[in-house]
Amino acid sequence: MPENTNTEKEKPRIGVFICHCGSNIGGFVDVKAVTEYASTLPDVAYATDNLYTCAEDGLNNIKESIKEHNLNRVVVSSCTPRTHAPLFQRTCEAAGVNKYMFTFVNIREHCSWVHMKQKEKATQKAKDLVRMGVARARFLEPQEETKVDVTPVALVVGGGVSGMTAALSLANMGFPVHLVEKEKALGGFVKNLHGLMMTTKSANETIKPLIDKVDAHKNITQHLSSHLASVEGFIGNYDVSIGGDGAEAKDVKVGTIIVATGAVPLVPEGLFGYKEHPNIITSTEFEELCNKKELPKLKSVAFIQCAGARGQKVSYCSRICCNVAIKSAISIAENRDNMLGVTEEEGGVVEEPVAEKKAEDEGLDRRRRRRGRGRREEGEAGEESAPSSGVDITVFNRDVMAYGVENELEFNKAREKRVKFIRYVPDNLPKVSVKDGKLEVEYFHETLKMERTMPVDMVILSTPLVAQPDAATLSQLLKVPLGQEGFFQEAHVKLRPVDFATDGVYVCGTCRGPADIAEAVYQAAAAASRAAIPLANGFVQAEALTSRVDETKCTGCGTCVEVCPYGALRKSEEGISEVIAAACKGCGCCGATCPEGAITMTHYTDLQLLAEAKAALEEV
Amino acid sequence: MSSTAPNAGGQTKAEEEDFEPKIIVFCCNWCSYAGADLAGVSRLQMPPYFRVIRVMCSARVDPEFVLRAFQKGADGVLVAGCHPADCHYIGGNYRTRRRIALLRILLQQFGFDPGRLKLAWISAGEGEKFQKTIIEFTDVVNELGPSPIGSSD
Repeated sequence: MPENTNTEKEKPRIGVFICHCGSNIGGFVDVKAVTEYASTLPDVAYATDNLYTCAEDGLNNIKESIKEHNLNRVVVSSCTPRTHAPLFQRTCEAAGVNKYMFTFVNIREHCSWVHMKQKEKATQKAKDLVRMGVARARFLEPQEETKVDVTPVALVVGGGVSGMTAALSLANMGFPVHLVEKEKALGGFVKNLHGLMMTTKSANETIKPLIDKVDAHKNITQHLSSHLASVEGFIGNYDVSIGGDGAEAKDVKVGTIIVATGAVPLVPEGLFGYKEHPNIITSTEFEELCNKKELPKLKSVAFIQCAGARGQKVSYCSRICCNVAIKSAISIAENRDNMLGVTEEEGGVVEEPVAEKKAEDEGLDRRRRRRGRGRREEGEAGEESAPSSGVDITVFNRDVMAYGVENELEFNKAREKRVKFIRYVPDNLPKVSVKDGKLEVEYFHETLKMERTMPVDMVILSTPLVAQPDAATLSQLLKVPLGQEGFFQEAHVKLRPVDFATDGVYVCGTCRGPADIAEAVYQAAAAASRAAIPLANGFVQAEALTSRVDETKCTGCGTCVEVCPYGALRKSEEGISEVIAAACKGCGCCGATCPEGAITMTHYTDLQLLAEAKAALEEV
Repeated sequence: MSSTAPNAGGQTKAEEEDFEPKIIVFCCNWCSYAGADLAGVSRLQMPPYFRVIRVMCSARVDPEFVLRAFQKGADGVLVAGCHPADCHYIGGNYRTRRRIALLRILLQQFGFDPGRLKLAWISAGEGEKFQKTIIEFTDVVNELGPSPIGSSD
């Protein structure tokens, strides 16, 4: 281990290389004077200046000087470590000096470039900065990067569309997968729905092939009616206990974990007269009624969008509800699958032309619509835009979010089918009331600037998807964060959307925010590929820079365990803290927290940082 | 080249005395150090009295480091980290925020002006904010004068 290497015990022999960077530094700092000063500092065995330290000449100079002067520490004083540290570290390693025995001093971005009119003071500052770097270098220790083996098995939590897709992807790559689902059957939220956007197939028909593949796959072990009872370990080495209803807990060992627990619809208690009349329902309840073929007779339907969303019960836009309402409105207008239960003699329902066209070829249909508005207006307009079911459909909305190509086309199609879209503003929400057992929507027409009343047979509230009520429990088990709205929070909103900050745990589907099926599928595929990387490699490279606990000083107070954002500290059986190197990211928060000074943050030790600060403040 | 900040060159003539404040700046690697780099790349001129110490996360800054810096004669200490909700290490900056708030109270209780300790959020894209922070903080420390502790080496 690093502590025992010879270099550490050797007396420091520091080489200091000061860069002119052409005139970038040399033009504003007296580099010769700084170099001369550097050679007088304690433990500096050699100091020199280079026109460009990062050029081949400069790098060779470092390598040769290491050999010639038997250097065991290197300080380069030039630009920024954020761009050039790896280059110089490789150079040190090539000459046999551990790359952690290198210190970077920034005299360009932080000195010559920002004090261009004060050469004397800039030179003084450069000397100070070099002195700080040398002071730090004296306390450096070599470090080694270690490898940790990975169990090539995955765990997927949640058996909805996302979870099944992720499990299947991993299983197809050849990895055994444990799929945990809390309900009795696979299918998640979608299995309770009736129709989906952009397909005439029912929800269940749509996901059946996915379920069949999961059922048939030899690499997937299903754990239905089950939940995670406990999770111990870290990337590559998780010990997971899966609890079932009444069954004995099963223990499995896995390398990576995907969270795909989905979301639930908001129950709009106290909003828009919900529960005051059996025909005031949520869009999810509408789907269930359709599934059970229990939709009451309808002549007029009102959808209310953003019911509970965007500042009411939750702050966000649930993204899918506009498209769901458009889909439902079209289904009602087309009386799809005779969902309205209207018999033919009652009239008003045109079955043949619409149904037939729909069944044809959806792609063709879409292409046609995309290609020619004009043509349709001439010839085909009549058959396509005929209001078919004779039901008045109104969608009260703040604005319609029919993003993307397909959704916008569906939105147009709904309008062609005479679905009315009426805007409301958040300060003036539509009111739903029951008068003599009949439903009414009172609203302010923003275009006409008039109060209006609309009698309706049914009000469908488009409520947002909200986080699973037990998301917090899982978040604690896996030590991964939830965002403000209770959804799981990814590592980076743009660049790492399916990773958690904790290595080894990934996220996909609606448990990280509302998403439609296609989005859930590609998130799941992405999460599966991310989760497969450590499984395929068979090992993970642990950070060399991790914190370390001095067992003789630790009192087991557990403060560090609490503050670590990565769950990289735990209490050992003896009750003192220990670091899980594979999980540690090296932020050093624990080191600053420990009241006993028992934690050392490698490469940013108290000793090194205090030496740097002290050197900065020395009177010269 | 682009700087037109009023006090970019240090003290104004009226203030120019012998006092050259010693300011320690702890910068987290991911945001504020990069912000300082950007200030340099943009040639934003600043008073030359600050010395940057790089740490991986602002949460690495043990309150003891700050106290030691003051003990050794720092006239001002600036701790700079990522903006709230933007920490490279999830929430290290929130820990820093709490610690600095407490530390300021502690400094005040010891009769030490808490204005000598400053916390700033500077992102990797905020070179100008880094410059502004340094100029303003240098002004504040100039105003406060030499630390009553002085160098006690």
